[in-house]
This record gives sequence, structure tokens and C-alpha cells, in this order.
Amino acid sequence: MVRPSAASRGPVALLAHQVRFDVLASLRNPRARFFTFFFPIVLLVIFTGVFGHGNTTIDGVHVKLSRFYVPGILALSTVVASYANLVISIATLRESGVLKRRRATPVAPALLIAGQAIATVVIVAIMGTLLLVIGKLAYGVGMAPAALATIACTTVVATLAFSCVGYAVSGLIGSPDAAQPIVQATTLPLWFISGVFIPTTNLSSSLRTVGSLFPVEHLSSALQLASVHSSFSGAISASDLLALAAWGFAAAAFAAWRFSWLPSTQRADA
Amino acid sequence: MLTNSLEAAVAQRQVAPDRAQAGEQVVSVRSLRKRYGNHEAVRGIELEVRRGEIFAFLGPNGAGKTTTVEILEGFRHASDGSVEVLGADPWHARSSWRERIGIVLQESEAEPGLTVRECLQLYAGYYRAPREVRETLALVGLEEQAEQRASALSGGQRRRLDVALALIGDPELIFLDEPTTGFDPSARRAAWELIAGLRELGKTVFLTTHYMEEAELLADRIAIIANGEIVAEGTPQTLGGRQLAGAQITFAPPRGTALAELPATIAARAEQEPSGRVLLPSVTVAADLHALSGWALDRGLELDELEVRRPTLEDVYLELTTTNDPTRS
Repeated sequence: MVRPSAASRGPVALLAHQVRFDVLASLRNPRARFFTFFFPIVLLVIFTGVFGHGNTTIDGVHVKLSRFYVPGILALSTVVASYANLVISIATLRESGVLKRRRATPVAPALLIAGQAIATVVIVAIMGTLLLVIGKLAYGVGMAPAALATIACTTVVATLAFSCVGYAVSGLIGSPDAAQPIVQATTLPLWFISGVFIPTTNLSSSLRTVGSLFPVEHLSSALQLASVHSSFSGAISASDLLALAAWGFAAAAFAAWRFSWLPSTQRADA
Repeated sequence: MLTNSLEAAVAQRQVAPDRAQAGEQVVSVRSLRKRYGNHEAVRGIELEVRRGEIFAFLGPNGAGKTTTVEILEGFRHASDGSVEVLGADPWHARSSWRERIGIVLQESEAEPGLTVRECLQLYAGYYRAPREVRETLALVGLEEQAEQRASALSGGQRRRLDVALALIGDPELIFLDEPTTGFDPSARRAAWELIAGLRELGKTVFLTTHYMEEAELLADRIAIIANGEIVAEGTPQTLGGRQLAGAQITFAPPRGTALAELPATIAARAEQEPSGRVLLPSVTVAADLHALSGWALDRGLELDELEVRRPTLEDVYLELTTTNDPTRS
């Protein structure tokens, strides 16, 4: 007896089906493995190794820099897994005709997009857990349960928001070759001015202002706030979550207008 | 692997046209036009494809083939005219319509990271009543590659996977857009066997190609598009009837013989090449040969290099697609 197909078992089963294969493809992608898993761990080791014994202040709490870097690198890892990874992989899938072929099947486009976003949440959850465990075991950076709950909530919101930004930006890119440099150009400066590599308290007020215009700063600051508090109400940052959500909705609206399933060379009348 | 040989599958076609005549219309196109800005890529074409037939849509690059197919597939919308595929307008068709068609795109790479089997499992999940993965792998001859990464397949194997992905939903109608472009002869032959085998599954196949040989071998009916217009339509046997009717007689006239010395009926139509050979277009070949050989025998001469040549479908195709192309003169 053949098992009924995912589509015949309803949209939830079909979504789970899509997520399963997207996660599998993502875990098998050498580029994604390097940038999503290996690269953030290396950065964490370097930053805490070099600066970890210094001190900084987060939300008025005096802490060692290692407590700053664990959530900071977690923010970086989230952005790389969602935004950077999606921009590159969607541009590649689109230009190689894979998106068009999927679009030729009965599956709803919204379901394909949701599947990819949820698969990204799964990848971020794996990576986030890994980083927090390394932070705790190697650097003694423990988190209160309420802080962990806040971090989970914040990373999920951020992953969905940055996935939307990834979809929006991928629509602007004509070739997969352009995707990598665009990702670097849009993320690298932000690591420095968004409290990922350097605490924002060390920055000039004008750089701080520029940083806060972009979503990365809201993610790292929300995660760092959570890392120094032990109650949910103290750890959650509603304003940062709102800023992330606003970026997500704006990007989703842009993507809905600009996104294409067809390779750019075939888009004469899209 | 399909067990039938290509010859057997082609022989089966001889009975197919009757079946196709009786069948309902699967694709119906009326006065279709497609404009891109000032350029009109498709200029009012009519097409009809009936259930169970292999229909070949032939034309050179840039003739409007792919534009037409993409309109039929629902990827582009028509500027004018009406298009019906499986009873629906493809541009407004729903997911239930996509359950019934399969598409092999001209260019599409494998799903990255997945094995051949996983690619098929992924796509099988998209359909309510898919074919079995194992059986579909066997159909396209990829059983041995099932656990290989799809991205590691050869060009011919990749195309087989594309066909498998188009078949996995068990569609009624399959679009194949230039399925053998860039293939070496043996991969092309293997692909032809696969396509001919789709007929046995009862599928309707809409095949685009720029190889006349491919269309002639596989199709029940052929339409040729050039410069956005249909320039010929028919079965491989009847296509280009008028053009095929004429033959060309060539010979090297005996040394020192002028064209004017030939029989009057022949001299009037003949042309002499710089090499000295005489070309004679002929629709009454037996009569012309009789006159010519009688003339030679009377004079005790020999007609060297005498040859009668009839145009092939390939010649007809080239003639039709070049004379209708304003970019060539």
C-alpha cells in the first residue's frame, strides 16, 4: 500500500513535507554549512579569545565581553542563515530554473515560500542552540530560563523578518554571481555598527544612529538585553521586536511586488 | 528503461493518427498574438492538439516557439486571441489544472543537495495522486542513479530526471521544450525512445524542437513556426506537400554542348552552374528523363553525373523557415 501523498493529506502535511526537504538541502549545501555553522563559531572563539576578558555595560549591567559576544554572534548567525543564505540560494534557484519548475507544479507559491521560511527557523534553532551551549560550556555564559524564552521568541521573529528581507533583495539581483558580493556589502559594515563585533557604547553617536536604522542592531540589542536579565518582562524588548517586524512587513510587501519565479532573462513581461 | 525499441514505437505511430483524429482537443489556440513592446513575437497563430498524440512544434531560435509554449504553460499571458489547454485558460488556471500537466523546461537544473530519489519524492508530494517513485525511476532508466546527487548526473541523465519530474504527477499532457538540444547522437536517441514511450502511457505530448529529424521521427502532427507565424502544418507524411512534389535533375552535359542544344522543353527550364553542371527543376521526372536520355542516345552521348534528387523534410523546413525570415535575405 502506497502512502498517500503530502498534498492529499492537506496543506499542513504539504508544508511539513516542503520544510523537511528544504532543511535537508540546506544542511547539505557546503556554502550554507560553512557560513551558517562554522563561520559564527570561529568568530565567537576569536572574539571571546581576544576580547573576552574585557568588560562592557549592557542595559546598565556591568558584564564581561564574553556575555556580549554570545548573543552578538547569535544575531550574526541568525542574519547569515536567513538573509544571506536566502538571497544567494533564491537567486541561484531562480536563475537555474528550479523555482520555475516548482511553480509549474500544483503547489501553492505561498506554501513554497512559507516552507523555506520555516526551514530557516529550524536551521537557526539548531545553530542558536549550538552557540548557546558553546557559550555556556566554554565561556561560562549561562542564561536564565526566562532569558532563553525571550531569545527563542526574538530569533524566530528576526528569522522571519530577515527571510522577508532576503526574498526582497533576491528580487533585485540579476545573477547568482552578484548575490555573494551584495550580501557581503550589505552585512559586513552592519556587524561593526550594530553591536555584533563592537559594543555600540563604544561607537560615536552618529554611527549609533545609523546602526539603529537597520534591523541587525535591533536583533543584537534585543538578544544582549535578554542575556543580562532573568525575568521575561525585563528581558523582552518590545521596541526592537516591533522594529524587526516592521522591516519584515515592509520587505514582504516589496517582495510581493517585485518577486519573480522566472529567470531574469525570461522576464520580458513579468 | 523503456523496453520498446525506437523503431517499434515509431511503427506504432502509424495507427495513432486515427485514434488522435477521434480524440478530444487538449490544446486549442485561436488567433494568438504576443507582443513585447513594439516587437510582435507571435502573430496570430492557430494550433490544435488532440488527446493521445505527439505534436511537434518546430521552428528556428527566436521564431516564437518558446513564447507560445510558455503561454500554453501559464507562465505568460497572451496579448490577444484565445488559448485553451485542458479546457482552461492557462493564465487563470488553478492548482487542479497543474495536477494534469507536466512540464520539462528548456533550462532547469536539478534540486540542489537532493538525490535523484529525493527529487522525485519532493515533487511527488506536490500532487494529490502521484505515480510511484520507484516505477517512475524505472520508466526513465535512472534506477541505478537513484541514490546519486541529482547535480552529479550527466546531461542526458539530468534530462531523464526532468522528464521523471514532469511525469511524477501522472499528467495527461506533457510539454517538452527542446528536450534534446545540446545532446550527442546517442543521448539524443535515448531521449527519443523515452519520448516515443510516453505515447504508450497514453499521454499527450507537446514537443518543441528545432530539429526536423526529431519531429519527423516522433510526431503524429507537426506545425512549423517562423517569424511568429505558422508556415506549415501536417503529418510527417503530408507536411510541405507542394515543396516535396518537385524534384531536381542534375547532370554534366557532354563536353562542348551548349545549353541551347538540349531539347527545347528542357533548355527552357534548365540552368547551368559555373561548374558546368546543369540543374533542371522537374515535376514530371519520367518525361524529362525520357526526353533527356532520348536526346543523348540519338547523338551517341553520355550524361555524366546524372542524378535525380527529391527534397527531404529537412530541406522543406529550411526553405520554409528561411524564406519567411525577414532578417535573412
